[in-house]
Amino acid sequence: MSVEAPEFVILPEPEEGKSSVTEAARRKLSSPWAVLVVVIITVLWTIPTVGLLITSLRPAADAQNTGWWTFFRNPAVTFSNYAEVITGGSNAAIGITPYFFNSFAIAIPAAIFPLVLASMAAYAIAWVPFKGSTLIFFGIFALQVVPLQMALLPLLQMFNLGWSIGDIPIFPDLNKPGSNQSLLAGTYIPLWIAHTMFALPLAIFLLHNFMAQLPRDLMEAARVDGAGHFLIFRKIVLPLSVPAIASFAIFQFLWVWNDLLVAITFAGGTPNVAPVTSYLANLKGTYGAQLHLTTAGAFIAIIVPLIVFFSLQRFFVRGLLAGSVKG
Amino acid sequence: MEEVLNGLPKLGSAATAIGLFLAFLLILFFIGARFRGRLQGPVAILVFLGPALILVTMGLIVPAFRTIYGSTLDANQEEFVGFDNYAWIFDTQQGVLVNTVLWIVIAPIASTALGLTLALLLDRMRRESVAKSLIFMPMAISFVGASIIWGLMYEYRDPAKEQVGLLSQVVMWLGVDDPPNWILWQPFNNYLLMVIMVWIQVGFAMVVLSAAIKNIPTDVVEAAELDGAVGWKLFSRVTIPMIRATLIVVLTTIMIAVLKIFDIVRTMTNGNFGTQVVANEMYAQSFVQFNQGHGNALAVVLFIGVVPLIIYNVVQLRKERAIR
Amino acid sequence: MTALKRRRGAAVLAGGVAAVMLLAACSSDSSTEDSATEETASASEEATAEEGTDVAAGCEAYSQYMGNEGASVSIFTSILPPEQGLFEQSWSEFESCTGIDIVYEGSDQFEAQLPTRIAGGNAPDIAFIPQPGLLAKLVADGGPVPASEGTVANVDQYWNAAWKSYGTVDGTFYAAPLGSNMKSFVWYSPKTFAANGYTVPTTWDELWALSDQMVADGVKPWCGGIESGGATGWAATDWLEQIMLRMYGGEVYDKWVNHEILFDSPEVTAAMDVLAGWMKNPDYVNGGFGNVQTIATTAFQDAGGPILAGECGMLQQASFYANFWGNFQEGATVGVDGDAYAFYLPAMDDAVAPQPVVGGGEFVAAFADRPEVAAVQTYLASPEFATSKASLGTWVSANSGVPLDTYAEGSIDQLSAQYLTDLTGTFRFDASDLMPAAVGAGAEWTEMTAWFAEDKPTAEVLKAIDAAWPAS
Repeated sequence: MSVEAPEFVILPEPEEGKSSVTEAARRKLSSPWAVLVVVIITVLWTIPTVGLLITSLRPAADAQNTGWWTFFRNPAVTFSNYAEVITGGSNAAIGITPYFFNSFAIAIPAAIFPLVLASMAAYAIAWVPFKGSTLIFFGIFALQVVPLQMALLPLLQMFNLGWSIGDIPIFPDLNKPGSNQSLLAGTYIPLWIAHTMFALPLAIFLLHNFMAQLPRDLMEAARVDGAGHFLIFRKIVLPLSVPAIASFAIFQFLWVWNDLLVAITFAGGTPNVAPVTSYLANLKGTYGAQLHLTTAGAFIAIIVPLIVFFSLQRFFVRGLLAGSVKG
Repeated sequence: MEEVLNGLPKLGSAATAIGLFLAFLLILFFIGARFRGRLQGPVAILVFLGPALILVTMGLIVPAFRTIYGSTLDANQEEFVGFDNYAWIFDTQQGVLVNTVLWIVIAPIASTALGLTLALLLDRMRRESVAKSLIFMPMAISFVGASIIWGLMYEYRDPAKEQVGLLSQVVMWLGVDDPPNWILWQPFNNYLLMVIMVWIQVGFAMVVLSAAIKNIPTDVVEAAELDGAVGWKLFSRVTIPMIRATLIVVLTTIMIAVLKIFDIVRTMTNGNFGTQVVANEMYAQSFVQFNQGHGNALAVVLFIGVVPLIIYNVVQLRKERAIR
Repeated sequence: MTALKRRRGAAVLAGGVAAVMLLAACSSDSSTEDSATEETASASEEATAEEGTDVAAGCEAYSQYMGNEGASVSIFTSILPPEQGLFEQSWSEFESCTGIDIVYEGSDQFEAQLPTRIAGGNAPDIAFIPQPGLLAKLVADGGPVPASEGTVANVDQYWNAAWKSYGTVDGTFYAAPLGSNMKSFVWYSPKTFAANGYTVPTTWDELWALSDQMVADGVKPWCGGIESGGATGWAATDWLEQIMLRMYGGEVYDKWVNHEILFDSPEVTAAMDVLAGWMKNPDYVNGGFGNVQTIATTAFQDAGGPILAGECGMLQQASFYANFWGNFQEGATVGVDGDAYAFYLPAMDDAVAPQPVVGGGEFVAAFADRPEVAAVQTYLASPEFATSKASLGTWVSANSGVPLDTYAEGSIDQLSAQYLTDLTGTFRFDASDLMPAAVGAGAEWTEMTAWFAEDKPTAEVLKAIDAAWPAS
């Protein structure tokens, strides 16, 4: 039993004042200058988003003709921008609401699927000894460089026309008889599959790094007790990997939520399936001059990732790269 | 309200899909677990690795080979043209290549360096999580949102008029009467676009590196201190070596993200004004000008650009796996 | 699960359309009547669907499209809100009478997405294609199906041959024209003109006399913006086209489109010089935004704003710009005495090109030959649809079956229709939309942008555009 094991199951970040760098070093380096630098950077990093929020709350004429910082001299606040974007109005025919639900319906499964599959694959590479495991691992790592854009067309063809090698079907032609519409068109399924495919290389790489450092003794003890790989994976590896899996799941959720390219390629822009980013892109494309609307739309699109991040951050800060920390 | 009610079935279908997916895996596990003895290993590999490998093959490997093959064909992917597409890149797109190299070098290093600095400074500070959250926030913002936000920063107006862009206004407050039109200000406009990328990525670097720093075993630090290592010495002799692996992962991850980045350039300048990068040119060639040959060749140039990075990482990983 | 979701989606969309109709009913008196009939029509929708092909009361005009109840037709376009709502409103009666559900999807990535979806086997049933050049490319790749018989009949009867030719590739007619843009307009503020005693110029020389007058009065006469996301630069190509047609007439213009006259030729160089004296003249531009370079960074949607603020005199833009004035100023009116209006960009020399007009438009191509798709395509080419859409405003059709009194008196639509249907004029389609995508949606955009932004020498700009012209 390794002494390191407990470290991997700690979920929350260590409380302040318990940091690993010792008190002595802290006193030495925690100068007012350090505080000043941090405060300046934090303020700089926040200003652009504050500008967005303020612009979204200003009346149309103010937003277009004056800088948002003049708001502090002339604080006029309106929520009508948000009302218009949420429910639709004279300018935006359809509100953001249906797109909002689509984003959830796309992002939640698209965060869970790759994580489950990647943790299975990572376990196999790390703990099931077989020839070629190293090669597969490096191959998967290298796949991160494949530009997404180049995979779009082949995947689209697969979803809609099927794939076959010669006469052997690899993926069935799902076209409805007598029409050029695939059964998958207008569903979330192509999106889930595409996002899963694109997420796997990084997910497998990071989870492998984590799982490979789980204590060997644990596995061997379980093996001696007669546990097979499936049992070990479910009862030992998966529970111990929760911090890493959860943290990557949050990142994956953010990436999928913010994706535009995959969404417009596989889902199109109808309110049936298109996500918030697609709505936002069209809003921006249409209303170059309607800053008050585009900013309100942008802020609505940001809210969910922010909530996810602020509420869950303490759980994932630790987990993400814990595995790669020990060289 | 009606729209909300209409939205609920969408969430239901997502939940159903997750349920079916997990149920399918459970059945697979149940069957897999029944194999014992010599078959146990192969069956486990098949079940654990199979789904991921199939998806990765269909979604990435096959398209990658198609792209390489397609880079030797003409615009409509009909006739073989040899290396003409590559000749076109190196003859006419040098500016794009230079910009891309600048991006790959500067943006990841700046993000990582700033992230590391923040992680170190924050490690011994009150209200650490507040600062961390605010700095991480841009990571949660989509590129579409970021382009709207930074449009508000870089907007140019006649200096005689009321300013709408914050950067111009700040520069004017500082006494510069005639700020440049930022987006057109070559070659600095490239760096202004990189600022957006750094703004997004610093939070990622900071959070990950901060976790790594906190993970340095206390006894290592104490031992170093007994030897008299403090301040810079502690940092360069103990902290950096201890988190080296994490630093490499962070740098690599951001570099790969930068290499594939096209959203920022596309939304801010569309590659005009001398800011074009390979990924955006690839998108434009493939999807706007319908020259698949050029597009594929640019994609291959991107692969090749990352190969050294991958080799370096693989060497590092081999060392780690060898230790294990 | 799939079927359930689809129906749900349709319900959402229907809800959206209903909301638009309701809003339209609230906001304007003239449309109240239409909405009322639409409501009764939708009330009878269910009955129609169940009884099969019996034509419900009020639906007699649609009898030829019957027999497709419950079918759905997807339309993909680059036309976004607020115009999207007007389209959905214009065919809502068709939908409720025929039982065909039209699913509208707009995207600002239309030009990139359409070929991708076609190649990926996910083509829409119908697309509104604004570029004949793109249509030709899609036909070469085997996407569109030839126009339905009804469509052909409608186009032969109601459009002039030039419009039909833009929808024809290699002798086969694919796509009927939909809307038309009159691009040879100059927008201005009638109120400002009246206050300063300016008169609308009717000749090329008067236009420059007026510009110089404005300079003397301390106002920049022109503003412009060519930023348009992935399509940045298109507005600049329009300016060049106006000058090309005015300087040399239709024949040379056609040769230019077909690359029989190079960009790097004396003709185009001279036209660029004229444009340089206009939109790159630091005395003339860029009113309200700053120096010449700001043209490259100003969104075309924003470009007209300074006109209402009195900081800029005129903007050369197409008829569809009528939609934007409300964005700049709440309640801004478009009309001959309103906040904004447009005059015809005068001819240079009537002997070379009498009343030159550069126009644009969309073409309705079908990608499936199902009967309901043919029905929709035919309907969109009919004078009934064109009249229904035109009556909602800010839209013009070159369909001669549309009574001219459909357009509101004194509206920009009426003015556009007047020029677009005048057979004595020199009408030409937007050149960049006719050219191959590598030029018309590529090099010409980026090079013209560089010409404004970086002051790239004219000769280099023109050579670079020529170099991008596809080999074959």
